[in-house]
Amino acid sequence: MSRPGFVLEVDDRTPPLIVHSGEGFLLERFPLGTRVVYPPEALPPVRDVEEAIQNALLNPTESEPLPELLRPGMRLTIAFDDISLPLPPMKKPDIRQRIIEAVLELAATAGVDDVEIISANALHRRLTPNELRDIVGERVFRSFFPDGKLYNFDAEDRDNLTHLGQTRHGEDVEISKRAAESDLLVYVNVNLVAMDGGHKSTSIGLASYKSLKHHHNSHTMIHSRSFMDHKASKMHHSAWRMGEVLTQHVKVFQIETTLNNNVFGGGLEFLQKREWEWSIKDQASMLATKRGLAAAPAKLRHKIFTDVRANYELTGVNAGAIEPVHDKTLEMVHRQHLVEVQGQSDVGIIGVPYLGPYNVNSVMNPILAACMGLGYHFNAYRGNPIVRKDGALILYHPVPYEFSQLHHPSYVDFFEEVLSESTDPATIEAKFEKQYAEDPWYIHLYRTSYAYHGVHPFYMWYWISHALDHCGDIVWVGANRKTVERMGFRSASTLQDALEMVSHSVGRSPSITYLHNPPHLLADVR
Amino acid sequence: MMLALEMYRSPAKFLAAKAVGGRIPGILTGPAAPLRLVTINEPKAEREGWARIRPILSGICGSDLGMVTGSTKLYFSAMVSMPFVPGHEIVGELLDDCEDLPKGTKVVMDSVLTCAARGVEPCQGCASGNTNRCDRITVGHVAPGLQTGFCQDTGGGWGNVMVAHRSQLYAVPDGMSDERAVLTEPLACAVHTALRAKVEPGQSILVSGAGAVGLFATLALRELTQAGRITVVAKHAKQRELARAFGASDVVAPDEVFRGVRRSTGAFRLKPEMAKEFLLGGVDIAVDAVGSKDSIDTVLRVTKAGGRVVLSGMPASGADLSPVWFRELELTGTYASAREEPNDKPAFETALELAAKAPLDGIVGARYPLYRWREAIDHAHSAGRLGTVKVAFDVRAS
Repeated sequence: MSRPGFVLEVDDRTPPLIVHSGEGFLLERFPLGTRVVYPPEALPPVRDVEEAIQNALLNPTESEPLPELLRPGMRLTIAFDDISLPLPPMKKPDIRQRIIEAVLELAATAGVDDVEIISANALHRRLTPNELRDIVGERVFRSFFPDGKLYNFDAEDRDNLTHLGQTRHGEDVEISKRAAESDLLVYVNVNLVAMDGGHKSTSIGLASYKSLKHHHNSHTMIHSRSFMDHKASKMHHSAWRMGEVLTQHVKVFQIETTLNNNVFGGGLEFLQKREWEWSIKDQASMLATKRGLAAAPAKLRHKIFTDVRANYELTGVNAGAIEPVHDKTLEMVHRQHLVEVQGQSDVGIIGVPYLGPYNVNSVMNPILAACMGLGYHFNAYRGNPIVRKDGALILYHPVPYEFSQLHHPSYVDFFEEVLSESTDPATIEAKFEKQYAEDPWYIHLYRTSYAYHGVHPFYMWYWISHALDHCGDIVWVGANRKTVERMGFRSASTLQDALEMVSHSVGRSPSITYLHNPPHLLADVR
Repeated sequence: MMLALEMYRSPAKFLAAKAVGGRIPGILTGPAAPLRLVTINEPKAEREGWARIRPILSGICGSDLGMVTGSTKLYFSAMVSMPFVPGHEIVGELLDDCEDLPKGTKVVMDSVLTCAARGVEPCQGCASGNTNRCDRITVGHVAPGLQTGFCQDTGGGWGNVMVAHRSQLYAVPDGMSDERAVLTEPLACAVHTALRAKVEPGQSILVSGAGAVGLFATLALRELTQAGRITVVAKHAKQRELARAFGASDVVAPDEVFRGVRRSTGAFRLKPEMAKEFLLGGVDIAVDAVGSKDSIDTVLRVTKAGGRVVLSGMPASGADLSPVWFRELELTGTYASAREEPNDKPAFETALELAAKAPLDGIVGARYPLYRWREAIDHAHSAGRLGTVKVAFDVRAS
C-alpha cells in the first residue's frame, strides 16, 4: 500500500533534504518551521497491462468499442503524445507502443489498410527516427516509417492543414489535414500530470500556429490559474472550445494513460524516498552520486542524466469520448499527485531538475529553466499558489548560459535580442512574436531539422507570466548571475543569502514552503 | 625651428613593431616606435597658393597608428617621403594670407595632395572632381606623399607648423569649436563612404566597427541616405551607446553579428566544415570600418547576393573572397574624400555641416601635448576599450 503525500514541518531532527538543481542536487538544511510538501508514493500499477488496454478498447467510456468503429476502406489516423512526455522518458516498452500495437491489431482484424501514425508535436521539434522508434517500438516503426506512414506533424505544411472553423469566441481551429479528414482519429496520450490530455491532446498537439496563438499568449496564460486545473485555466478553456469544434468534424477515440510516481530507479532510487528513511544503501548511493557528479566533467554529467529512464508503471488506461475519459484520468492523476496544503506561505522554494518537456536529449537553456521552475513547478497547484500574492519564490538551478543550436536556435536569439529589450510577456508578444513566428529560417529548421519552432521561446515566456505577475521577488540559488539578470531575476549563492535578499518584502521570519518535486506532486492549497 | 614628431625610416624598428607589436603593445610606443620628437626647420610655403598653418588640434587616425605599428602595407611605401611629420586631421590657424583666406583664419584641411597642390596639369581624377583618386601624388613640386602627413615637404599636424595649398583648405564656420572642427576630415571620409555606398531607400546596412571610422560612417549614412535598418558591430559599451546616438537601429557584439544580421534580415545561416559560418541572404550593404581580416571576412559573409561591400578601413590581407564570387558581391573601396561628391558638394562642406549639428561633444576624448606622444599613441591604440573615440594632439600646448 503506497503512502499518501504529506507536509513535513522542519524541526531539529529533520535531516538535510534533497533539492534538485539542474544536473545535480543539493542537501539543504531548511529553516525551522519550513513546510516541505512530499508527493504520494507510487501507486500500485495495474497487474496486467495488456488486459487493461484490451479492456479499455473494448469497453470504452461513452463510445462504441473500438472494433465497432473500424471498417475496411476507412481512413484511420493514430496520433500520439510526442517526446515531451513522460519525463524522464520511460523504460521500454513505452506505454504508447503497447497501445498503438493493440489498436493496429484491431485495425488489421477489421481490414483497415489506410493507417497513418502521427507524432502530435505541434510546434515542438521533430522527433528523430530513433526517438520515434523508442516510442512506437521496433515493429510499428519498421512497418510504417519507411513508407512515410509514421511521421512528425508539420504545422508549417500549409498544404496539409485543414481549417475546421472557429469557436464561439472566434478562435481558429486548424489541424492536421490527415487527422481532420480521417474517419477515425485515435489519440494515444500519456497523462503524466493534470494539465495533459483531454481536448488539449488533439486541438493543441495537431494544431498550427494560427490555432495555437489563441491560447498560447500572455493574456490567456496569465489567467490560467493553474495549468494543472483545466477548469480554472483559460488556456484549457480555449482548448476545450476548440475541442468542441474539432469533434463536430472528426470522430476522436481518446485513449489516456496514467503512470505512477515510480520515477527514479537503480542508483538514483534514493531520490524518491524520504530522506530520514534512507537505508545505508540509499545513503551510500546518494554519497557516491553526489561525489561522482561533482567530480564528473560536464559532458559526462549530462550523459548520466540524459540516459536516465524512468521506471514508470501504468496505473490506468481509459478510452472513449474525450471528456468523460479525461475525468477518469484526472481522478487517477490526482490520486497519485495531490497533496493537501493548508494555506499559502510568504516564500516558496522549488528545485528545478535537469529535465523539462523541451530539453529531452538536449540541454536546459536559461529560458527552459525559467519555464520549468516558474511555469511548471510554480503552477503545480490547485486552488491557490503555494506562495501568497507578492510573496517570494526561490528556485535552485545553475542556469548556465548554454543553448542547443540544433534544438533551440530561436531561443538564443530570444535570449539575446528580446529579453535584452524587455522581459514583460505582453510587451515582447506585441513587438517580437510575429517576427519570430514568421522567420523563414526558423520555419526551415523546424520543418527540416530538429528545431523547435521560432515562436516556441515566446510560449515558454508566457508560461511564466502567471508567476511573474504573482510573485514579488524571484531569486535563483546557485545560478549564473548574468543569465538570470538578463531574465529579470536575481541570483544568490545560498538559501540564506536568498532569504536575506527577499527579506525586505517578506520579513525576516517568513513562512516557507518547499515543494519536494520530483517525483511529481500537485499541491492542493486550501 | 619647430617642435614636431617625426616618422623616420628604420627597417629594424619596422620589423620589430610588425613582429611583436600586436602581442606587446607597449613596445610600439617604446623602443620599437619609428617616431621621435625633434626640433626641425619649419616647412616653407614659397609657391603661390601655399600658406603656413599653425595646427591647434591634430587627431590620431588609424592610418597613423598603422604607420607606427608597422601594420600598414608596403604597397604605400612608394607614396610617402621619409622622414615626415604625421598628422592629417587638423584644425589650425593660417599664419599667412592664402589667396582669399586672410591670415588668422581658422581652417580645416583636405589632406590629399592633388594635382592642384602639386602644380601639375589635372589628371583624370582631379579633372572630374574625384580628387582622392589623383594619379600624380608622387610628382610635381612637392615630394611624394599621398596626403599631407605622409609627405616630407609639407610637414603635418603633429608639428608646430605645416604648410597647405589653398585647394586643400576650408574655413571653419564662426562659432564651431576646435574639438568639432578637428573631426571634419574623418567626417568627410565618412561622407564619402556613405555616398559611395549608393544606398537606396530602405536598404539594410551593416557597419562593422564602431571606432571613429565606423561611428562617423553610421552618422553619415543616417544623415545623408534613406537607409533602413543600420546595424553596427560594436565591441565596447561606450561604442554601443554612441552608435545608437549616431543613428544605428541596433547594435551587436562582434560574436553576435551572424545571429543579429540573420535575425533582422530573415536570412538562412550555414556553417561550413571547419570554416566560418555565412548567411544566405543578409544585409543589402555592408561597410567594413575596421580593416582586419576577421571584419572583412564577416562583412563578406553577411551581405546578401548581389549586395555591396564597402571597404572603409585600410584592408588587411588574407580575407576569403569566396563570397564575392559566389554571391556576386560588388566590392567598393572608399579612400579619403572627394571635392565633387554625388551630392554635388565637396565632402568637406557636407562634413562641416555635420560637424556643426551632430552630437559630437566629447568625441575628442583626450588631448595630449606633443611631448607626451607615447601616452597619446598608447591611448589611441586602446581608445575603444577606454571609451574614447578620438585622441588628439593639443599642438598649441606643446
